[in-house]
Amino acid sequence: MTMTDDPILTLSGITKTFPGVVALDKVSFDVRRGEVHALVGENGAGKSTLMKVLAGLYHPDAGEIVYRGVPVRIDNPLAAREKGILLIHQELSLSPELSVAENIYLGAWPTNALGVLNKRKLRRDAQAALSALGCTFGPDDRVGALSVALQQMVEIARSQAFSANVVIFDEPTASLTDTEKDQLFTTIRALQEQGVAIVYISHKMDEIFELTDRITVLRDGVVQGTVTTAETDATGVTRMMIGRTLEAYFHKADSTFGDEVLRVEGLSLAGQFEDVNFSVRQGEVLGFYGLVGAGRSQVVETIFGIRKADRGTLHWKGEDIALPTPRQAIDLGMALVPESRKEQGLVLMMGGQDNTTLPHLKSYARATVMDRGRERATYEKYRDALSIKTTGPDQEVSKLSGGNQQKFVLAKWLCAGPRLIILDEPTRGIDVGSKSAIHQLIARLAEEGLAVIVISSEMPEVLGVSHRVLAMAEGRLVGEFEGAAMTEENLIDAVSHHLAAPAEEQNRPGLPARA
Amino acid sequence: MNATTSPTLTPIVKLLMRNHIWVFLALTIVVFSSASPYFLTVNNLGNVLTQAAFIGILAIGMTMVMIDGEIDLSVGAILALASALAIGLQDHIGIWPAVFAGFLSGAALGFLNGTLVALSGMHSFIVTLGGLIGIRGLVFIYTGEDALMVSDFSYTDYPEIYLGPVSLTAMIFFGLALFFQWVLSSTRHGRETYAVGDNIEAAHDAGINIKRHKIINFTLCGALAAVAGILLSMRLGTAEPNAGKVWELWTIIAVVLGGTRLKGGYGSLWMTIGGVLTLAVLRNGLRLLNTPNYVELMVMGSVLILALFIDKLLSRREA
Repeated sequence: MTMTDDPILTLSGITKTFPGVVALDKVSFDVRRGEVHALVGENGAGKSTLMKVLAGLYHPDAGEIVYRGVPVRIDNPLAAREKGILLIHQELSLSPELSVAENIYLGAWPTNALGVLNKRKLRRDAQAALSALGCTFGPDDRVGALSVALQQMVEIARSQAFSANVVIFDEPTASLTDTEKDQLFTTIRALQEQGVAIVYISHKMDEIFELTDRITVLRDGVVQGTVTTAETDATGVTRMMIGRTLEAYFHKADSTFGDEVLRVEGLSLAGQFEDVNFSVRQGEVLGFYGLVGAGRSQVVETIFGIRKADRGTLHWKGEDIALPTPRQAIDLGMALVPESRKEQGLVLMMGGQDNTTLPHLKSYARATVMDRGRERATYEKYRDALSIKTTGPDQEVSKLSGGNQQKFVLAKWLCAGPRLIILDEPTRGIDVGSKSAIHQLIARLAEEGLAVIVISSEMPEVLGVSHRVLAMAEGRLVGEFEGAAMTEENLIDAVSHHLAAPAEEQNRPGLPARA
Repeated sequence: MNATTSPTLTPIVKLLMRNHIWVFLALTIVVFSSASPYFLTVNNLGNVLTQAAFIGILAIGMTMVMIDGEIDLSVGAILALASALAIGLQDHIGIWPAVFAGFLSGAALGFLNGTLVALSGMHSFIVTLGGLIGIRGLVFIYTGEDALMVSDFSYTDYPEIYLGPVSLTAMIFFGLALFFQWVLSSTRHGRETYAVGDNIEAAHDAGINIKRHKIINFTLCGALAAVAGILLSMRLGTAEPNAGKVWELWTIIAVVLGGTRLKGGYGSLWMTIGGVLTLAVLRNGLRLLNTPNYVELMVMGSVLILALFIDKLLSRREA
């Protein structure tokens, strides 16, 4: 390790606001030569905003960036690159049809005064950059023909070509295999040896503890602290990431549990989750807690038939059923309200009424002609029941607030009369008032006898609305908590112990619930 | 995107797959040679090249604009305006100043197209569709709805220079195609064209001035359309207000037939030359066989779809 004490890049008091949101609130941190500095936090914590500030894509509203001892302004990505600050995007910033050499020097190709390329110099310089990193592919290879891992290497080779002092990696292992990951780490350590300062953005604890020297934790745009990696552990970092938020008032459903609606046994999908077992009853709210990437959404998408399971059986109201297609799942009486309502839930250019009846067009049509009157009645029923604020049935849902959009997504699924409703992050990105309305609605649905599954990364929410909580980490159920055992401490322990545990321990079944 | 291409494909097969239009061209030549005794003659092939040159010159500019991920529908109208100005102004300012004015009109309209696309953020399909209609209107106003005739017939002698069977017009087409292929492969501007069309965000992050870049390519496209218009006026000795109508479509067909990707980032002038020649050979061959005009259109439409279907199959295998 060649870490030194002098910071090459120091941010102090960086603030960035977007309409209605403070994305970064007086963020300060520094990174030193030869250091790998992890930047961690849950989704929406401000990691990517901070990264975009460093790369010149966003300009901070307040605060100072000091680079090599001098205050600087980073106007755009080109300016960042010229200063020696390089961002390795998660979505790679490459032109697949151009060659490796042309991509390394993208937009900065060596030319003569007339703009004619000096192809020999381009090749030679690119070869030098590739050799410095020990790459085996050549400068003339077409980038589109390389694997994702090698394409990433092309981006990293820019650090050699432009003598970068700071390299920022954004979730670099997201689409790499284990072997490729090891190669990447070797490369990162080589950069470290060169004295390059590295910012490593990730939410994978094992990687962070394997690779980094210091860790800075962000939550809701605020730095929770910077710690030396050797002096902390996964539990400590997880605690900082999740923390305690203000206890909101949660209304837990006062329902009596009926018969089992769904039982899942041994559900597995390679690379996503392993051996998932659970059941949910009428009138019960079952919470799924876990960090981003734990596999919660994948599990429910598989139950709903969006993904094809490798193994596992489903029992619906006591009967064995084949793994359904989404259409069959809907017909059985399941409803899945997805996490990204803009992409999966709503047709934004249509009005609230048309969105509400969209999945059930058949039942509102007489010989293909829509019965607008009945559609209108359904729309009005749910508008009132969910107290949706809209100017009329035809107002485009894109014009509504996040909370009201989410209510239309719910209306759409509720008007089919489901027996089981699965809500994936139902309150993400919506205001506090709408949140509490959604929580009350969840309770009411359970009281009316529906089985409800709620997936949430917000611990108070999941503890507040659920009767029972399952904890997930890295594709496995790692704990089940009920009654008095449903505490933040227990959930954090279950999730972080698993993350920190060595591989052989991870193979044992879920941790027992602790009372 | 997965690792490397499948190992079963040899480099030669891959090369042929990437340049499938030349295989297709060879095939059509073989078919017409056996179907008609008049096809495979030096005279006829020379004619095909001359006929191909007009669409060909339009296609050079169109290729560059399309690699950028844009489109220019106004080239046919720009061609008509340049040809009308080149003939109409001759009696007032002399032959070469008139030709130059025609050329300038094309470059200026191309610049206008590019500026509107780059600065307004409107899609080039809409901007140049407006250009197609508006410029055509301008042509009708300028010509008074009648064909303009040259008064000095020496004007029509300029393109009558032949190198063997190859006309000056065809030579200009090939010369321009070679030059711009060199621009695409060996200059900063050429590399920018691919980078912008392939991954515009990466190009922007790399500091490429995307607006200026697109304006340059639209200007080139307009200027090349004017060159085609001037050559056409020399060949015909007249400027029809309807000259070049729907040629923008034939041009796009030729470029796409060659294999240049409609959404940008991929293509070359080698491919475009192949597409242009294929189109010209098909037309010529069908006429030699006395195919009725409407049947000719049906055949060409089917061939276009077939060629693109093959392209789709091949690129799926390659990917």
